[in-house]
Amino acid sequence: MCECCTQEKDIYLPQIATVQKVRLMNDTEMYVRFTMDDGGFDYTPGQFVEVSIAGIGEAPLTIASSPTQKDGIELVVRRIGNVTKAIHNLRAGDKIGIRGPLGKGTYPVEHSKGKDLIFICGGIGLVPQRSFINYVLDNRTDYGNVTVLLGTKCYPQRFFQSELQQLEARDDVHYLETVDEAHDCWNGNVGVVTTLIPKIESELASSEIFICGPPIMYKFVLMALAEDSVPRDQIYLNLERKMKCGVGLCGHCQINKYYVCIDGPVFKYSDLGVAPEAI
Amino acid sequence: MAVKKITKAALTEWVGELVSKERVFGVQSKGDKFDFGPLTSAQDLRLDYDVTLQPPKKYFLPPVETLLTFEVSAGYESQYSDKPFVLIGVHPYDMIAINQIDELFKQGYYDTHYMTRRSNATIITCDVVNASENVFASQMKTATVKDGFDILLTDIGDSYIAEAATEKGEALLSKAETADASKDDLDKREKIQKDNEKNLSKHQLKCEVAELPGLLENAYNHPVWEEKAATCFACGSCNQVCPTCYCFNVQDDVKWDMKTGQRCRAWDGCMLDGFAMVAGGHDFRKKRADRFRHRLYRKAKYVPEKIGGQIACVGCGRCVSACLPDIANPVNVYNRLFDDIKTK
Ligand SMILES: Cc1cc2nc3c(=O)[nH]c(=O)nc-3n(C[C@H](O)[C@H](O)[C@H](O)COP(=O)(O)OP(=O)(O)OC[C@H]3O[C@@H](n4cnc5c(N)ncnc54)[C@H](O)[C@@H]3O)c2cc1C
Ligand code: SF4
Ligand code: SF4
Ligand code: FES
Repeated sequence: MCECCTQEKDIYLPQIATVQKVRLMNDTEMYVRFTMDDGGFDYTPGQFVEVSIAGIGEAPLTIASSPTQKDGIELVVRRIGNVTKAIHNLRAGDKIGIRGPLGKGTYPVEHSKGKDLIFICGGIGLVPQRSFINYVLDNRTDYGNVTVLLGTKCYPQRFFQSELQQLEARDDVHYLETVDEAHDCWNGNVGVVTTLIPKIESELASSEIFICGPPIMYKFVLMALAEDSVPRDQIYLNLERKMKCGVGLCGHCQINKYYVCIDGPVFKYSDLGVAPEAI
Repeated sequence: MAVKKITKAALTEWVGELVSKERVFGVQSKGDKFDFGPLTSAQDLRLDYDVTLQPPKKYFLPPVETLLTFEVSAGYESQYSDKPFVLIGVHPYDMIAINQIDELFKQGYYDTHYMTRRSNATIITCDVVNASENVFASQMKTATVKDGFDILLTDIGDSYIAEAATEKGEALLSKAETADASKDDLDKREKIQKDNEKNLSKHQLKCEVAELPGLLENAYNHPVWEEKAATCFACGSCNQVCPTCYCFNVQDDVKWDMKTGQRCRAWDGCMLDGFAMVAGGHDFRKKRADRFRHRLYRKAKYVPEKIGGQIACVGCGRCVSACLPDIANPVNVYNRLFDDIKTK
């Protein structure tokens, strides 16, 4: 029996997409925009795709664009291993394979309406958040105050700079940035991202807070938020784990009873009490 | 459906016919042990075996299988193994393990590769005749099985009782020379099954199997994980021999022409180093104790929560035999927790 008899699709079969544009953003991060050859798909901020490079393999990558943006789907890819290296070699016109969109734990785009939103991003953690940030900006009146905090390890690693400058220039967004290590060309905040938390103007305890960054960051941000008595069901964490299948079967992404690929990647902190491996 | 009686001679003849016409896999001796393998002669079939080295899951989830082929510039094509086969001699606990994986591979995303193999199979189970040295299926309530199989055989001495449970099974069984099973025959079968439900108990669980998920509620930080894992080699044998373990890896192989190749899936194991390690080197379950705990939580809590409460250990005892430092036995761990937690 095969697809034609069971009416079921092969969940491992990538669909073909064409790369529209690539741009190196710094030493290690590359911007990629692609379109699906068969027309595309709807998605919600927080979802990811498995990008397939034939002969090398697949890598889960968050969709960095907002579904409100109609021309193509954007990714930001850090070069760190085999598949991501191959992605860095792509040029406009090249074909890639895509499975997705994947992940049922997404940003609470509806639930958060009318509330103040705070995005706390560490380094490449800006990428998944960008999908929701841009969605909010395209539906600005649906949401309350918007605060974006970004911490980057060192000055040369900053990316999306023109976009971030635009964010900073808006008077309906409170944007704060810091770098961990001082640098001659940088005259802004120095220190880890948690040092920006006291500067947030929105009422923390009534805001919806979204966190995405390297594993180590979560613990410190959550400690800081606990001091401000933010209820756990208003905190959302975007978690990353090793992935192979993306569909809840291979076991690699499991955090206690949860599978990041299907139950996440975005989790409500209050749901993670039963998942001590999460943080 | 039909419950028949078939003499041992008639069974051998029937299996001989099957072997000559179909792809058949069955239990055979392998040195002083037993294993499933291609069956070419009815004489080689050993329905009196105690346990097989490997569980039958390899017929549905092979150690390595091709999911897709690709041509670097032209795209991907799904690959399916489309050949029907008959699997003879699956013990009840292994059948229950297959039923569990069936559910997991179709409940969320439907895995067409697994399910194609599964629907190509005709499964003939048999009640246990000889208990293996580490079986504890009675404790897990998996010593007998009610569904999933096409035919169930029970050795009642001079003959077998053969129950067809599906149309596929009925059609197959109709080719054998059988008689109707008498009340007396059925009583004999019931006695054998009742005995198995008590006697496949080489390790005794101190609580009811249904209490295990509750027991684990309060066991996360118990010292037993560190204690047991102190001698663990992280060899993954306990995953490999387990009929309910199904974690896998996916990997591309490119042919010598550098243009075509295949995407394969292969067994993986949560006890192995690096199972949860991401690019850059961060390992989310670096400590062996954490992996040891994860395996036993999967068996008695995480997987049961996905499949209606059934514990994902069927008591086959294979991991007990396979583990060199002798720490993998789930019963010992659960009993230790029971002693410490329930008696407090
Ligand atoms: C939900 C999710 C979203 C992500 N979004 C982004 C993103 O937007 N941009 C980005 O640069 N990176 C992202 N990552 C991380 C990215 O997936 C890994 O860097 C990438 O898989 C590394 O693959 P590789 O083949 O280059 O590395 P290798 O070291 O060669 O890895 C081999 C394989 O292991 C698995 N693997 C290794 N590291 C990871 C990892 N960190 N996460 C998941 N699987 C891994 C993959 O299957 C990978 O193909 C995301 C990860 C997850 C889980
Ligand atoms: S528990 Fe035993 S069989 Fe399992 S990985 Fe450790 S040493 Fe190997
Ligand atoms: S955990 Fe051990 S005894 Fe239980 S099913 Fe797996 S191999 Fe058999
Ligand atoms: S990536 Fe395979 S289970 Fe989540």
